[in-house]
Amino acid sequence: MKEFALIFRVKENPTTQVSPAEMQQRMTSWMNWMGGIAARDKLVSNGSRLGVQGSKWVGPDKVVSDGPYTEVKEFINGYIIVKAESVDEATEMAKECPIILGGGGKVEVRPLVTPDNNQ
Amino acid sequence: MDQPDLIPNLYRREYSKMVSLLCTRFGIDQMDAAEDIVSETFLSAAETWGMKGVPDNPVAWLYKVAKNNALNGLKHDHVFRQRVKGVLLQRGANEVEPELDLSPESITDSQLRMLFAVCHPAIPVEAQVSLALRVLCGFTIDEIAQALLTTKTNINKRLYRAKEKLRAEGVRLDLPAGAALDARLDAVLLTLYLLFNEGYYSASPSTVLRKDLCVEAMRLVYLLTENRDILRADVYSLLALMCFQASRFDARMNDAGDLILYDQQDNSRWDQELINRGNYFFVQACDKGLLSRYHFEAAIAWWHTQTKDSEEKWPTILMLYNRLLVLEYSPIAALNRAYVFARVYGNEKAIPEAEKLALTGNLFYHSLLGELYTGVDAAKAMLHFETALGLAGTDAEKAVIVEKLSLLSGS
Repeated sequence: MKEFALIFRVKENPTTQVSPAEMQQRMTSWMNWMGGIAARDKLVSNGSRLGVQGSKWVGPDKVVSDGPYTEVKEFINGYIIVKAESVDEATEMAKECPIILGGGGKVEVRPLVTPDNNQ
Repeated sequence: MDQPDLIPNLYRREYSKMVSLLCTRFGIDQMDAAEDIVSETFLSAAETWGMKGVPDNPVAWLYKVAKNNALNGLKHDHVFRQRVKGVLLQRGANEVEPELDLSPESITDSQLRMLFAVCHPAIPVEAQVSLALRVLCGFTIDEIAQALLTTKTNINKRLYRAKEKLRAEGVRLDLPAGAALDARLDAVLLTLYLLFNEGYYSASPSTVLRKDLCVEAMRLVYLLTENRDILRADVYSLLALMCFQASRFDARMNDAGDLILYDQQDNSRWDQELINRGNYFFVQACDKGLLSRYHFEAAIAWWHTQTKDSEEKWPTILMLYNRLLVLEYSPIAALNRAYVFARVYGNEKAIPEAEKLALTGNLFYHSLLGELYTGVDAAKAMLHFETALGLAGTDAEKAVIVEKLSLLSGS
């Protein structure tokens, strides 16, 4: 069993109005998705959501800029770590992620580098 | 002599306390000797009381006789002689008899010490459960074997090895302190949780025995709440969980011993008194912060004590299962989650969720899939129920599945 990080990427500035009911729905979808992975005993870490407000990035020559790094017009807003037999299995989990079903987001699947898995 | 169960009741209630008390005083390596002394005491009680009548205070009689038997018996024991010699050299020759404190505080304290010793990490969890039943709950070997669905020989072996381990590790009957207390308390709570579940879910045919198991587990958790050094929220959430679950104990089975599923239970048979107590402990648990798996399980159990299917009931339970599983995986929680998923989103959506669990060969997995396929795909439902029937261990379990199968073939 290998471990993979599922990294959530969303487009820059997704500050559309979200109603409380939609937020509730969104939370439920996330919980169901995570619960589903955990129910298969495949969740290694429930990771973290990464904030947008108050974030900075430091570039060459220690130049400090505001906000998450958005060179590619999207930023990372969180991650979890799962275990799976293969990258394909991890990818199947990613396909169910609410960030994709909700539209607009992407999930990057990256193997964790360990002494056994060091490609 | 109007109490036909006097001695069995006393045995169940006092045996373990007396053993703990003696071990606290003379060392846990003397456990076998302590058990012998207490057994002798009961034998002596049976004969003496039979001849001369039951004393006014039978419990006091037992403790007094056990104490004297201990002091006399252990005096002849080599190890004890060495020890007494040591004590004598320190204190001077007048104090030949070591004291044995028979106060209620001392008895409670010795039980707690024993509980923490039994849950020593050197002992496998299943042996901890057996040992707890023997030396903390006063179950006979026969009863333990019956409750845990195994043979007396197995239980005897388990107990023997566990006691050997305690001796080999030089375990002392002290309450651990600081970080060690925290770690050991985790083990204690898990053992008591398993003890309760053995009683609640066990396939053992004896309802009385199963109920006793639950009651004993609750008594021991309650003992923890009374100790001032133990202030952890999960002690309370575990106790709340047990109260909520136990409230349905009588409603889960009809007079013929058939299992009654949750949806078909008569709510009026749910024990409101236990639910109220559970509420009380749960409030205490939530006051103390730091959510544990027992908090989520207690919250789930609380929702099950609600008789009305309000709109938020099943979605909330699903959310709680999600959080429980993220915190800690267990197959039974995963299966329950899939069932609740069906309650919220319907069978068709729940089927892939359940199948992803891939718990082939698990009785509850196949029962659940049989249930979910009912009304969706009768052939698959039938297949799963038949697999489940082959896995079912008890008549009560089989009866439920046979009923489902006959409904399927009738439709």
